Amino acid sequence: MKRCKTPADLKKWSTGLDRQRKKTKTRILVCSGPGCLARGSRKIAGAFQKELAARKLDSKVVHKLTETGCHGLCQQGPLVTIMPEHIFYVQVKPKDVPEIIQQTIMKGQVIERLLHTDPGKKEKFQDYRKIPFYARQVRVALRNVGLIDPNDIEEYIAVGGYQALAKVLTGMKPEKVIDMVARSGLRGKGGGGFPTAKKWKSGRDAPGEQTYIICNGDEGDPGAFMDRAIMEGDPHSVIEGMIIGAYAVGSSQGYVYVRQEYPLAVKNMQQAINDARKAGFLGDRIFGTPFCFDIRVSRGGGAFVCGESSALMRSVEGNVGEPRAKYVHSVKRGLFDQPTILNNVETWNNVPYIVSEGPERLASMGTKKSKGTKAFCLVGKVRNTGLIEIPMGTTLREIIYEIGDGIIRDRPFKGVQTGGPSGGVVPNSLLDLPVDFEALTRAGSMMGSGGMIVMDDRTCMVDVAKYFLHFLMEESCGKCVPCREGLKQLHNIVDGITRGNAGNGDLEKIENLSRSIMEGSLCALGKSAPNPVLSTLQYFRPEYETHIEKKKCPAGVCKALITYLINDKCTGCTLCVKACAFDAIVGKKKKMHKILEDKCTRCGACFAVCKFDAIEID
Amino acid sequence: MVTLKIDGKIIQAREGTMVLEAARQMNINIPAICHHEAVEPWGGCRLCLVEITHDDWGGWSGLVTSCLYPVEEGLIVTTASPKVIETRKTIIDLLLARYPGSPRIQELAREYGIEKTSYVPDVGRDNCILCGLCVRLCAGMGMAAISTAGRGAAKEISTPLQEAPEDCIGCGVCHKNCPTMNIPMQDKNGVRTIWNRKFELIRCSACGKAHITREHAEYLCEHQDLPPEYFETCDQCKRLENADRFAAIVKW
Repeated sequence: MKRCKTPADLKKWSTGLDRQRKKTKTRILVCSGPGCLARGSRKIAGAFQKELAARKLDSKVVHKLTETGCHGLCQQGPLVTIMPEHIFYVQVKPKDVPEIIQQTIMKGQVIERLLHTDPGKKEKFQDYRKIPFYARQVRVALRNVGLIDPNDIEEYIAVGGYQALAKVLTGMKPEKVIDMVARSGLRGKGGGGFPTAKKWKSGRDAPGEQTYIICNGDEGDPGAFMDRAIMEGDPHSVIEGMIIGAYAVGSSQGYVYVRQEYPLAVKNMQQAINDARKAGFLGDRIFGTPFCFDIRVSRGGGAFVCGESSALMRSVEGNVGEPRAKYVHSVKRGLFDQPTILNNVETWNNVPYIVSEGPERLASMGTKKSKGTKAFCLVGKVRNTGLIEIPMGTTLREIIYEIGDGIIRDRPFKGVQTGGPSGGVVPNSLLDLPVDFEALTRAGSMMGSGGMIVMDDRTCMVDVAKYFLHFLMEESCGKCVPCREGLKQLHNIVDGITRGNAGNGDLEKIENLSRSIMEGSLCALGKSAPNPVLSTLQYFRPEYETHIEKKKCPAGVCKALITYLINDKCTGCTLCVKACAFDAIVGKKKKMHKILEDKCTRCGACFAVCKFDAIEID
Repeated sequence: MVTLKIDGKIIQAREGTMVLEAARQMNINIPAICHHEAVEPWGGCRLCLVEITHDDWGGWSGLVTSCLYPVEEGLIVTTASPKVIETRKTIIDLLLARYPGSPRIQELAREYGIEKTSYVPDVGRDNCILCGLCVRLCAGMGMAAISTAGRGAAKEISTPLQEAPEDCIGCGVCHKNCPTMNIPMQDKNGVRTIWNRKFELIRCSACGKAHITREHAEYLCEHQDLPPEYFETCDQCKRLENADRFAAIVKW
């Protein structure tokens, strides 16, 4: 590997790569994000390799095969993209590979069968940038994710990587860098939305022997995988952002905190750090300047609470990951009691973009107070699930109905859960809510790190609240009493409601206990833990009341409160009889069936298989 | 010195003093079950919550743990505002549900007029209130042989991998300071048993009392520059010996 001692070395390296890239006729991008990997994308990459070798096309110059990070449309994986035409094949199987090479790569013909059909609009797209899922997105954080090989530093350099760093180190004073970040309007993307430049400035001004930089990669919200996608798919952008940040605040040691449950993120980050060190972007006298900085990967055990900054710092120190009160801010006294600047993966990743594109570019996107973009994971009952990035201020309607292509089976939209366990549910009445830090907080939810769980009318909001309370109850560190004991009791009450054991005044009890948990808890996990139950109570109170007073679950979810019935639409096809694992359905062929209530476990298997809408939930 | 107001009284306190300490000096009773003067404040029990505000804060006020919040110029503290009492009562109510049999919690509940918990009580648990004192004192001794383990309601005080802790010196600081006497320790036939480990106790050469574990003695000799024979006699005999020596000098 080349070593850059000066910015000129980097320039030469990237020009050389440019020249080489011009010789490349086609680039085959095989998505190797977690979704596609699970659907067998490694086998597809292997098939391409074998097939290219068999045809003697594997020079790696003319036809280049690249395994990339997550491309986004996880729902349709495994995904293969042919560049430079942006031809986009979905649900590719290894047996499709010879045909792709024969038709598309050799002859330039598009294989209709493998193109993406918009499920709602029934339209086929050749260029993925035209698919509404992609067309509505603006990719800043995900600018390289899904397009480059994360394990090849040269791919990052070829797209202009580390040039922002060169520019900063050789021509900008640290104060100027902070000023630039301030002008971009960048705010913490981990959920808090604290102005990044303000944090950096406090850290820079704080007295201490050593200032530390931390990248928080402990993404733990159920349904969220943005930071994972960035760390796996474009690790160098995070590293470059951290080096620039370190220079701005005067730090010489950084940590990337990644959870052990993200093995690929750990591996790719570690390799990127090693490569950056070999290339001279980390270590002593970077680009020949007096600036020295290095990064270590610190692996977390997968505790949700370790995403909280003070608990994360204790964990990096090797102590039990328990938060501590932040009456003295961690920018002044954080890791090892030294000034510490902690930012989220996506925040660090935005920094090189700000430097190379200029702060005005980011500042021109978004709303008045929330600038730039935000990556989200669109999941749940929506047609297109996957990784997306939108300018701040995009409405929920645009996200769910245009990017997401609407609700599966066109069922009614009920609400969307944002902000993870600390967030809340935004109801369908707020579908035109522009997504930014302030609007979501006003709606009783929060931006959070970027999970977005879409729910239809078959989702029970009491059950949703119970799910998140159970998650938080188990993930509470247990240090402080209101969070440890309070969440357990709050879960008890909500669980009782879903089981038909609710008592009078339970809703008031929930509200009172929630208030004390929010007032009394030590850290943000506890302080925000009642949010899922409070926001669902705010918008779906009648649903709670139906559970309590009528002992019914209108969405048909809470097992203790529902019964399955067979109506006269039954044709006696016996499908449900076969699906029932508990012999709870009786009936002769072509005769109407019956469910034996005492044997029925309310698993819903019959409901799922019936093709005639003959099974009802009461 | 900084000047602040606690419950309407203007007082002066040394910079760096925590609000809890300042209030207790004024004989204001603020409950706390995880606080101990010997170790750094922790903020776990949340009982010592007080409401603070300041003339410069534009009307903002909020709850903070007084054991951790340092005094500052112009700070206005209310130790029993309605919000403080409401939150504190809920916490005590929750503690009573978790430790229905603990005399200490029962006493606290009575003080705040709670006769019966309004939540589902836990039964069959031990009396550990997870105040973390043992862990912090052990770390303060320089050992850190025990730690909190697990999360949420399943959190407990434990040794590494639940085995006899290698780093333990048998000093007994955890046992002696446990507010609910939940850490058993036994001295019998010159052997101390604690945390599933057995320690040999050194017998005093003068009175024969088994007074300190060998590991503890060695640790103190090494870290406090004491002569190796220092613990051959127990503290009481050393004092007698000193008294005899003084008596010989003054010759009365």
